[in-house]
Amino acid sequence: MSTHTLSVLVENKPGVLARVAALFSRRGFNIDSLAVGETEHPGVSRITIVVDVEAGSLEQVTKQLNKLIHVLKIVELEAGSSVQRELLLVKVRADAATRGQVIAAAELFKARSVDVTPDTVTFEVTGNSDKIEAFLEVLEPFGIKELVQSGTVALGRGAKSMASLSRYVTPNS
Amino acid sequence: MSTPVKAPKPGPQAAKAQPARPKAPKPAPPLGAPAAAPVLTGAQAVVRALEALEVEAVFGIPGGAILPAYDPLLDSEQVRHVLVRHEQGAGHAAQGYALATGKVGVCMATSGPGATNLVTPLADAHMDSVPIVAITGQVASSAIGTDAFQEADICGITMPITKHSYLVTDAEDIPRVFAEAFHVASSGRPGPVLVDIPKDILNAKAPFVWPPKMDLPGYRPTTQPHGKQIREAAALIAEAKKPVLYVGGGVVKSGAHAELLELAELTGAPVVTTLMARGAFPDSHPQHLGMPGMHGTVPAVHALQKSDLLVALGARFDDRVTGKLASFAPEAKVVHVDIDPAEIGKNREADVPIVGDCKAAIAAMLEVYADPGKERLKTWWETLDDLRGRYPLGYTDIDDGLPAPQFVIERLGALAPEDTIWTTGVGQHQMWASQFIDYEKPGTFLNSGGLGTMGFAVPAAMGAKLGRMDRTVWAVDGDGCFQMTNQELATCAIEGIPIKVAVINNGNLGMVRQWQTLFYDKRYSNTNLSTHHSEGSPRVPDFVKLAEALGCVGLRAETVDEVDDIIKQANSINDRPVVVDFTVGPDAMVWPMVPAGVSNDEILYARDVRPNFDDEGEI
Repeated sequence: MSTHTLSVLVENKPGVLARVAALFSRRGFNIDSLAVGETEHPGVSRITIVVDVEAGSLEQVTKQLNKLIHVLKIVELEAGSSVQRELLLVKVRADAATRGQVIAAAELFKARSVDVTPDTVTFEVTGNSDKIEAFLEVLEPFGIKELVQSGTVALGRGAKSMASLSRYVTPNS
Repeated sequence: MSTPVKAPKPGPQAAKAQPARPKAPKPAPPLGAPAAAPVLTGAQAVVRALEALEVEAVFGIPGGAILPAYDPLLDSEQVRHVLVRHEQGAGHAAQGYALATGKVGVCMATSGPGATNLVTPLADAHMDSVPIVAITGQVASSAIGTDAFQEADICGITMPITKHSYLVTDAEDIPRVFAEAFHVASSGRPGPVLVDIPKDILNAKAPFVWPPKMDLPGYRPTTQPHGKQIREAAALIAEAKKPVLYVGGGVVKSGAHAELLELAELTGAPVVTTLMARGAFPDSHPQHLGMPGMHGTVPAVHALQKSDLLVALGARFDDRVTGKLASFAPEAKVVHVDIDPAEIGKNREADVPIVGDCKAAIAAMLEVYADPGKERLKTWWETLDDLRGRYPLGYTDIDDGLPAPQFVIERLGALAPEDTIWTTGVGQHQMWASQFIDYEKPGTFLNSGGLGTMGFAVPAAMGAKLGRMDRTVWAVDGDGCFQMTNQELATCAIEGIPIKVAVINNGNLGMVRQWQTLFYDKRYSNTNLSTHHSEGSPRVPDFVKLAEALGCVGLRAETVDEVDDIIKQANSINDRPVVVDFTVGPDAMVWPMVPAGVSNDEILYARDVRPNFDDEGEI
């Protein structure tokens, strides 16, 4: 088993996320993370899915996804040739005694403090999953009160885009 | 009964009507509604779209949410509506119609329970790649999500068992949605498409533009095979010493039987036809080894096991064919042709994957195949011929005073008019119908292969007969299956659809009972259906009386001597449906058999009889 990041371009139609998610559960594949949003064209959305599967299963899941009528294109983004980012919001215990240390640790990770109370600081940080994990390890001793993470979003490196969306979009729609 | 086909209605749309299988999206109409486009209600648009798509029959039942659509349907001269007795019957009838005619079958139901009753046929059509379009009413848009009366999220419920589905949100979309639904259902790997239409959309008015512009940017099925792969496949076939053409339902769906015959004769390779492909290759052909799989023939199963090259044509390495996958055909290379890329490599790795339509792929192979002569296949054929000689399909009559079920089915086949279409339910009678009736042409054996839906036979026969009024249609059914869907005989009687039903009545859920005999120490838990007359207890139900009550002719054969006469009598009745209760004993079993989950090498020719593959090492 290994982790793979799939970038899936889909028509922005009702129910498309349900179809994609249902397909994963129906075929017995586990989703590590999933992020969805509009692209530069409002008719097309991009779903970034991180799955933990064997190579053979990855081929099968890609083929099954391709059979969904609303799926336009699927590309696997390798870690080395793509930029992959997650967003983390984390609320850490920090009183007058520890606040300085906490903020110093956060600066090492280029985290921004977005909310402060007498007892806590909330940070925002982006990065790949390794960086997020490392940051959380550093914060752990201070006491993490609450956190939320987004799914991974990713784009291939280089000048080329994954697909020219205009080919999927009808001129007058 | 006159044929339901009628010329499309004259009018501005008729001239523009497009064929049932549009090839590519049509150019857009001018922006804004053209002056010529009539303004119709959503309901009228549904009927007009069905007419434009050359639909001649719709099977369904009206109800609250779909009611608006039934009003314009009453006026359609082209679309005949067949009022079924249960929505499941509508779905299977649409499947039978599609399988018998090659066209898209259409069924219609109301929201909620009407729609959920279509779930089984949709799942069945999805498993067996049958092109049907199901139209369902939905509660009004404003009520969706409120748990309104007769509300069910049928798009959500059927998501994993449809090729695609639509919830129509604008009456203006109806022409496009129907054009797309029929295109998606019938092209690529065929399958079921659901169109769910809220009641307010059926009542709303919108311009009806035909032909509509289809918008399917993500749907591009590959039909033309890759030339390099075809050449590699042809080269492998020319080298193989023990090749087998493993033929599945895709050959029937793509109409590739003529090409298959040519390929078989050109290469000299043996052919096996799966349950879904019976009739794709003539049973009478000397290269045909029969059906492979759990109840396949010994030579067919053995040929796959010992092959050095499987040429899988529109087949999907189903577990009922492969047995324990890890030990299936261990020495074989695999050429796999399928129109669905996801089938290739799903269960068995392919050495030469070919994505494309079987007809195109086989035709391409024929062009490049250079025949090296048949000498290299001599030993292979000697082995297979020896097995055919020693282990033919057969049965031992159980001395119970009743006709053997296999005998009844054999006689049904022998006495049937030419080109009879057969449908079956699921179980022992289905396997015997596959084994003991000879199929010479594709599209003559219709059954539920993938899903294994009991009750398929009667409604599927109804749909097949409506589509092919020129053919005799026999439903071979079991007493268990028959009791699931026999109410459609009322539909057949009233609508003038004279099908024939052979109930192979062993008084039991026969296949389950067979497993109880073999694997559960003869503990017959809940398999006796009491449809036999015994020890003072009456038959419940009495199938002859039931048939008569449903407006059919009811006949019964209980002795070997009666069988032929009763079959001939049934064959001579063509103005009404006929039901024959063939009372047979409960102890007959389906052989050969590969028990579930073991290697195909463990095939049993009969109980405790393992074939002697004594020449295994010689080739």
